[in-house]
Parts: sequence; C-alpha cells; structure tokens
Amino acid sequence: MSILRKALTTAALATALIATGAHAETKRIALVVKALGIGFFEAANKGAEEAAKELGDVEIIYTGPTDTTAEGQIEVINALIAQGVDAIAISANDPDAVAPALQKAMERGITVISWDSGVAKEGRQMHLNPSSSALIGNTIIKLAADHMPEGGDVAILSATSTSTNQNIWIEEATKVLPNYPGINLVATVYGDDLADKSYREAQGLIQTYPNLKAIIAPTTVGILAASQAVTDAGKIGAINVTGLGLPSEMAGAVESGATISFAIWNPIDLGYAATMLAYNISNGAKAEPGASIPMGRMGAATLDENNEAAMSDPFTYDKSNIEEFKSIF
Amino acid sequence: MTKILKSREILLALAILALIALISTRFPGFVAPANLANVFNDTSPLIILAIGQMVVILTKCIDLSVAATLALCGMVAAMLNGMGVPLPVILLAAVVLGAGLGAVNGWLVWKVDIPPIVVTLGTMTIYRGIIFLMTDGKWINAHQMSAGFKDLPRAFVLGLPVMSWIAIAVIIAAALLLNRTALGRSFYAVGGNPHAAVYTGINVGRTQFVAFVFSGALAGLTGYLWVARYAVAYVDIAGGFELDVVAACVIGGIAIAGGAGTIAGAVLGALFLGVIKNALPVVGISPFWQLAISGSAIILAVAFNARQGRAKGRIILKSAEHRA
Repeated sequence: MSILRKALTTAALATALIATGAHAETKRIALVVKALGIGFFEAANKGAEEAAKELGDVEIIYTGPTDTTAEGQIEVINALIAQGVDAIAISANDPDAVAPALQKAMERGITVISWDSGVAKEGRQMHLNPSSSALIGNTIIKLAADHMPEGGDVAILSATSTSTNQNIWIEEATKVLPNYPGINLVATVYGDDLADKSYREAQGLIQTYPNLKAIIAPTTVGILAASQAVTDAGKIGAINVTGLGLPSEMAGAVESGATISFAIWNPIDLGYAATMLAYNISNGAKAEPGASIPMGRMGAATLDENNEAAMSDPFTYDKSNIEEFKSIF
Repeated sequence: MTKILKSREILLALAILALIALISTRFPGFVAPANLANVFNDTSPLIILAIGQMVVILTKCIDLSVAATLALCGMVAAMLNGMGVPLPVILLAAVVLGAGLGAVNGWLVWKVDIPPIVVTLGTMTIYRGIIFLMTDGKWINAHQMSAGFKDLPRAFVLGLPVMSWIAIAVIIAAALLLNRTALGRSFYAVGGNPHAAVYTGINVGRTQFVAFVFSGALAGLTGYLWVARYAVAYVDIAGGFELDVVAACVIGGIAIAGGAGTIAGAVLGALFLGVIKNALPVVGISPFWQLAISGSAIILAVAFNARQGRAKGRIILKSAEHRA
C-alpha cells in the first residue's frame, strides 16, 4: 500500500487515541463512505450530524478512502477497530471484500451496519436500503398522478428491456395502478439508456398518443432525454416528465417546467437514518428478522429475513428544493 | 431504363420510399412533410458521420473511433461553453480537435503501419477514457449550457433546422471534393488499386491519413451538434454509434474493400437507417422485436447489395475451361 495512505492512517489513529480520553461517555459512530469528496456522501454526513445533534451523546467520525476501492475501506475499518469506535455504518465498495474486516470489528463488540451499498450478510448486523422496489414503483406513478387531477394517459420510458431494476420497478408500478383511478398506462418503451434513442422514443410517444399527459422515466438518461424531447416539441405544460433522476442533472428540466417533480433517495435522510440505527443497535436494540428499530424522524426500520430494511419512499424534488440539492449530487 | 434500375442508389431510394409507404399504413402521420423533415433532421448526425466514414472506407481503411471522437469533441465543446468561450470558437475548436484525433488515427496507420481496424479499436477506448479523465465521469447538463449553445442546431432557417442545413452543406461539399478534386479522386484510386495508385504518383499512406483527418473533423462537428441537441454530455454519449455509421455505409453500397461508393449511397444508407429508427417507436412494434427488425433490415440490404455488386467471373483461358 502507498506510503501516503499508511501515513494518513497512522495520523488518523494517533488523533483518535488522543481524542479517546476526552469523550469517555459519548458514543462514537463512524460513517464510512465509498470515497471522500463525493457530494452524495457529504450530504449523508450532514444527516448524520443532524442525528448526532438530536441524540446529544454521539460523535460522528466521517471517514472513507480517497478513492472508491475495497482495499482503502479495509484500511479505514482496521484503523477504526484500533480506535475502538462504538459503531460503524458503511456504504461498501465491495459487498464481500470488506466483510472479513467488519467481522473482526463485530468480534470486538463494535456495532456494524451497512447502508446505501450493502455488505454480505455475515459482515454486518443489518443493511438499510434507501427505498424498496414496491415504494419506488408506487412513487413513480404517484408523481405523475399528483399532477393529473382529471386522470389521463401516461407512458413509461425505461432503460433497456432487460434492465433488472427498472423491470422490477415497472412491475411494482403496474401492480399499484388500480389505486390511481383514471390513470391509464398506454405504453412502455425502452430507450436503452442512450440519449438519442430515449429522445426518439419520447418523440414517438408524443406523436402516437396525442392525449398523453405524462412520461414516467425511472432512469436518469431517460428522464433527461424525455424532458428535452418534450421541450423541443413545445409540449411543456401539456406533458409532464417525471420519474427517477438526479437533482444536479434535472435542474434545467425543473426550471423549464418540462418536469414538475421527480424523485430519488435523499442522502441527508439516509445518513440520518443510518446513524440513528447504529446508535440504537449499539445501545442494545436487537437486529434480527422481524425486528423494528426506531430511526428518529424517519419512523422505524422493519427488518426482513435478510436483516435488510427499506428507509422510506424516494424523496420528491421540485422547484422548491432543487436549488438546494443540485449542488449536492 | 434497365440502366437506371440497375443503379444501386435508385434502388435504395425506391426501397426507402416503399418503407415509408409501409410505415404510413400503420401510422399515417409519418408521411406528413413536417415529420419527414424531422426524420431527416434526426438523421443528420448519422449522415455527416457516414460521409466521413465513407471516405475512410474508400481508402481501404475503417474508422471505429468516430463515435468516441464525437463524444470527446462534444464534451470539450460543452466544457468550453461552461468557461464562457464564444460559440464560433467552440465550433472551430470541436472541428480542429476532431481533425487532430483523426490525425492520430491516420498517423498510426500511415507511419506506424498498424491495421486501421486495430488502430481505431484502440483509440476508440482511449478517447472515451480521456473523457472520463477530464470529467471524473460527471455529466454536463442542460442548465450548465448557455442558451445560445443549445439553440443553434434547433434554430429554423428557411423552414429547416440549422442541423439539417449543416448536413446538406456537408453533403454538397463532400460531393464536390470527391468528384471534382484530385484529392477526391485519389481516395478512390488508393482503395481501388493501391499499387496502380503508387505508379500514378499518389502517396497511399498520406491519402489514408487525410481521409482519417476528414472523418475526424466531421465527427468533431457532429460532437457539438449532438451535445447541443440532446443537451447533455457524458462519457457514454453515442455509445455504439460507430456501428450504425458503418452499417449506413454498407447499406449505401460503399465497398468495404475500398475504392467504390458514392456520396448519394452513403446518404441514402443513413436515411434508410434513420427512417427505421424513427418509425419503430411509432408503429407500435414490441420493443423486443425492434432490435431483430433493425438487424434483419441491415442484412437484407447488404445481401441485396452484394448480389447487385458481384462482378461476373471472367474466363481468361477458354481452352482450359472444360479440361478442369
């Protein structure tokens, strides 16, 4: 390993040893991210700090490697074990590679949970998913339906016809469709996550279905291309493009009005919830299938048979908050 | 009359018309002049790239890096725009950068003597890798581009968007270059018979180099058009598009072995693919069939071309014919 990295690890360790004496009573929770300097994780840290403030006796150690490697995370984990932190909440770069190091941590009595990007079952006590397929499927339909009080035609623009995630979400969305009377799903087309093909498919939808009121694209390339196609066709206001996107990419579409609102997980909530869970488990909450562990303002996480839980519905972004989030991720 | 019917370009044009007629039975709106203009506009990037590719193929080479060149130049154009560089300078920079990237291909083929398919297979990945290094994989999105930057390809002049006019200008310029200049004829000569070309005083390697520069410059220009039109730039834009470009040339009757082909063929080949691409979303065919249909259309067209273009064998030793 690089000398620089070793030096940094040693320095971190030394700092931690000095710090240990000062905070004998506080819980020290390490938020380990895929890499430092990524907006998404900086935002998660913001949420973790919020949770720490709320809890009072918690100190957050925000850390991670400088690049998104499993090796880097293992070094960080080893340093944290040496520091004797109370809990580790990790978004893993590799589900299997970091598991042995985390097992070692658990043997020393450290609470270990994973969030965002999971760790293999034996390497953590629980995993927090930002959302679940059912919640996402429902959200994408709801986003369209909320702006169609009189109902009408909607179409889905997906990634490729073989994309596992998108297909599951669409399946879940079709299941909840009867809950939205008047919403009529007329077509599902595939833009293959290519900007030009997605644009053409969106154009095709606009031409084929003159009464189309909304295009739902549960993929970042698709939602952008569809917004552009709707803008170019002069259909802003007539057709609402919605689905899953990133605030930094969607700011233009929201500004122009082609997209009224869209959704994606909120990293602040995710960091907040992960910290709350780590705190509660460290304080004795049992992480076992069927258990319900409170996570502050986010409600409670119910664990499934794999000790996994979904945090919440994807978070909705619109004109009111896009400015705040577009610089975050 | 039979001579006209034997012309590959006329037959391809008829095939396109038949295709449009067939589509209009399922979706009547397709033949509306506005929609056809839209199809032409949508196909403009493919037309421009196919013309560049055609010149390279004429010289017995192939350029697989066109889409990567497009993506790199498009990203640089978007980044320059973010720095506030005026639009004419951006356009010039995109074309010059494209020509430079083409020159790298051409130089490796000419001076280092590596087969073109290997060179451009390598640079294809290298150019995409450079985009990743420049951007860390980040996207440049609509709100990060200036309005003028995005509006140029869409601006209407005499009823057609500027992007269509650029394609038309490229078609005319390339037709003049290929048919009316010594350089244009030397592209054909180099591909048709490299040995004979050498004897007529044509530098084969240098001509191939120029062909790559030409293709690269057009890819650079298309890079700007692409990024401005779809209002997004990232590593993977136009991923796999090089195959569409080669397919357009092959459908258009450009001989892969070099030396034969026309601008009209390349343009019609691109339009053939463009019509299919634009029709599939509106005719209501299951997406699971669409890929198979696109592929079959290409193979059919090529098989047809191959039958048309097969040179009849010539018997040079009449007396030996029956002895064997």
